[in-house]
Amino acid sequence: MDFSSILTNALWEFFNPITAAYALGALGLAVHFGYAGLLNFGQAGFMAVGAYGFAIAVLTFGAPLWAAFLVALVCSLALAALLGIPTLRLRADYLAIVTIAAAEIIRYVVTTNELTDVTGSANGLAAFEGGFYDLSPIPSGSYSLGFTVISSRTLWMLIVSWAAVAVCAVLIWLLMRSPWGRVLKGIREDEDAVRSLGKNVFSYKMQALMLGGVLGSLAGMIFVLNTGSVQPANFGTELTFFLWTCLLLGGMTTVLGPILGAMIFWVVLSLTQGILTGLVESGTVTFITTVQAGQLRYILVGVALMMLMIFRPQGILGNRKELVFS
Amino acid sequence: MTHDLVRRPRWKRTALVALALGLLAILGGFLAGPAAASAVAATDTLAGGTAPVISGSLRNEGEPLAGVRITATGDAGTVETTSEDDGRWQIEVPAKGTYSVELDESTLPDGVSLADGQENPREVSFGNTTRAGVIFQFGAGGGAAAAPAPSGADDTTAVPSSPPTAGETAAPGTTTDTGTGGRAFGVVLGARARAGLTFGLILALCSVGLNLILGTTGLNNFSHGETVTLGAVLAFAFAALGLPMWLAIIAAVAGGGLYGYLNDTLLWRPLRRRRAGLVPMMIVSIGFALTVRYILQFFFGGSTRQLPYAQGPVFDLGPFSITRNNLVSMLVALAVVIIVSLLLMKSKIGKATRAVADNPALASASGIDVDRVIRIIWITGAALAALGGILYAYYRPGVTFNMGQQILLMMFAAVTLGGLGTVFGALVGSLIVGIFVEISTIWLSADLKYVGALVIMILVLVFRPQGILGRKERIG
Repeated sequence: MDFSSILTNALWEFFNPITAAYALGALGLAVHFGYAGLLNFGQAGFMAVGAYGFAIAVLTFGAPLWAAFLVALVCSLALAALLGIPTLRLRADYLAIVTIAAAEIIRYVVTTNELTDVTGSANGLAAFEGGFYDLSPIPSGSYSLGFTVISSRTLWMLIVSWAAVAVCAVLIWLLMRSPWGRVLKGIREDEDAVRSLGKNVFSYKMQALMLGGVLGSLAGMIFVLNTGSVQPANFGTELTFFLWTCLLLGGMTTVLGPILGAMIFWVVLSLTQGILTGLVESGTVTFITTVQAGQLRYILVGVALMMLMIFRPQGILGNRKELVFS
Repeated sequence: MTHDLVRRPRWKRTALVALALGLLAILGGFLAGPAAASAVAATDTLAGGTAPVISGSLRNEGEPLAGVRITATGDAGTVETTSEDDGRWQIEVPAKGTYSVELDESTLPDGVSLADGQENPREVSFGNTTRAGVIFQFGAGGGAAAAPAPSGADDTTAVPSSPPTAGETAAPGTTTDTGTGGRAFGVVLGARARAGLTFGLILALCSVGLNLILGTTGLNNFSHGETVTLGAVLAFAFAALGLPMWLAIIAAVAGGGLYGYLNDTLLWRPLRRRRAGLVPMMIVSIGFALTVRYILQFFFGGSTRQLPYAQGPVFDLGPFSITRNNLVSMLVALAVVIIVSLLLMKSKIGKATRAVADNPALASASGIDVDRVIRIIWITGAALAALGGILYAYYRPGVTFNMGQQILLMMFAAVTLGGLGTVFGALVGSLIVGIFVEISTIWLSADLKYVGALVIMILVLVFRPQGILGRKERIG
């Protein structure tokens, strides 16, 4: 078993743009649930809207990079409004069901063969990321990160994605310290109390839904720019629940929590995958196949999600007093 | 909730509901249209706009047959292909029309031969679709030997390279020459309604437990889909162990009940004791769903596999015809739904269940052992879901590790529509959702058929969150 490559792969997950995408998506959930108490089970839908909004704007309408970016953001704002206007007055678990249904509707719509010309149906879309990588000021070649060597293309993606995470994290941190953020947290704790102070609770919730949705669509764009393709199967309900695992792992009422959670999520997945596959390939473990080793880690995610929720709902960084649910 | 006490007796309303259910079912029975039109109207729209394709899947006793040469001869010439490793084959033909499809028997593996009475070559014609499916039977004849390829109709994540073949109607000797255009609208509507009724009844079996658990404990159980899958997987496993199918089904349903009991005893009751909130419990159920789903995949694998007798004969009843499996599924589901309704209305435990669903505190105060009722609900709910899973595996057809997850939201749509937590809500909602989903495929592409139901669920939650049978105070 090659421990150094397993460690290298795991270490890479700290920097992987996919981890950054998960961090952003989970940060969006932190805004939704951790700060505003909105139970959004459809973050995959926001990510899909960002990803497809961007890709379709480029491929179908030939939009330049900045326009495609704006289209993706506007789409996620529109989705938030569409979901929020009718449902924000409903009970928390109803919002959860509505958002998960909306995310599935989006996935079915981008998967259908009826719209193959626009969405590429189950095959998805590719070759929309050219404009983004053309912006890269980094001379082509290979670059060393100390433990691994990456291409200039990956380096550019890495810098942009983590810069986006940093900017968003600082922004959210500042927002949550502002009067706006305090009202939001007040709504989370006691909606009626805040309402009695004359605040428009609905409007605050809507803004939080939109803010988290925009973070989701950013995450979606990073997700697909990194791989250079967008596929509907990636935006299933599992994605949302993985983001929830990241969020609960790190701590949902913190800004660094979701980011740390995403990193731990991917590092642990990579480590278990590497070790299990190594054990199977070296013949130490004979009763499972490498394919089963890959599935074992998702069992691990499920168990982790349950255990976290039962035994440490505040996550690693969170404060038990500041829990959304007692 | 004092007005509860002066409402008109609940049994009257439930009796009405049961009556309505019975009528709907009888109506559905008459709607049973010609066999070929049921699941296949779905598959034709999937392939819209592409070159005409003749396709199929060669399997002998479940084993795929690779490297078998197949030729299609038509007015435009002859095209040939060989089957893939998974037994699938497809031939793109230049134009629609009638083709003679021949399987080269000399390319079959040793010991495999076409079934007695299997036509070769066979005539295939296209209807309004661009796909035609051909099934060749191998071995000693009979239905069970040649299983159709997994139908793409229910699985929108299916890779498009796998051609959806005739699912429900893959009866020996039929080709999928269906299309809504060439057929009277009423006939198509009847066929879809019948398929929808079957689906709705199956959905009802699956969602009764979901709704009763929601009604009595407030838990939105996202792992209920896995209970459905478990039933089908257990049935497959028991059948693979050599049990006769009827015994395998009974064992699988019993296994489902045991699973429900363990669920409640090991996970949910301790959580209730800890006074866990509803939202944390919901998230725990999501984690549990992921765990169980991937455990099932771990043992079962990622592929779609057919239960024994997945392919049955078609019964001709004069103007109507129906596949055996559909008929049996419908009758079994209907019988069980009626039995469950009667038990809920008449038996002591049924009354206790309704009391707990209505108001757990009041029920507890009047001497009902709430924990026991909840335990029984978990057991029967899971057993019913397991049975629903087995019937659903025949309906789709095929068993996969995520089949329950695929209809979980349909179950939520059904219970939302019927009334969250109400006892009969799941039944009424399921029938409506099932029929709606199937009928919507007349206008909607089959891969969008769940969208309509999801949209309705959202609209119901927005405008009438208590559903059809619910009362307003439930929405909290």
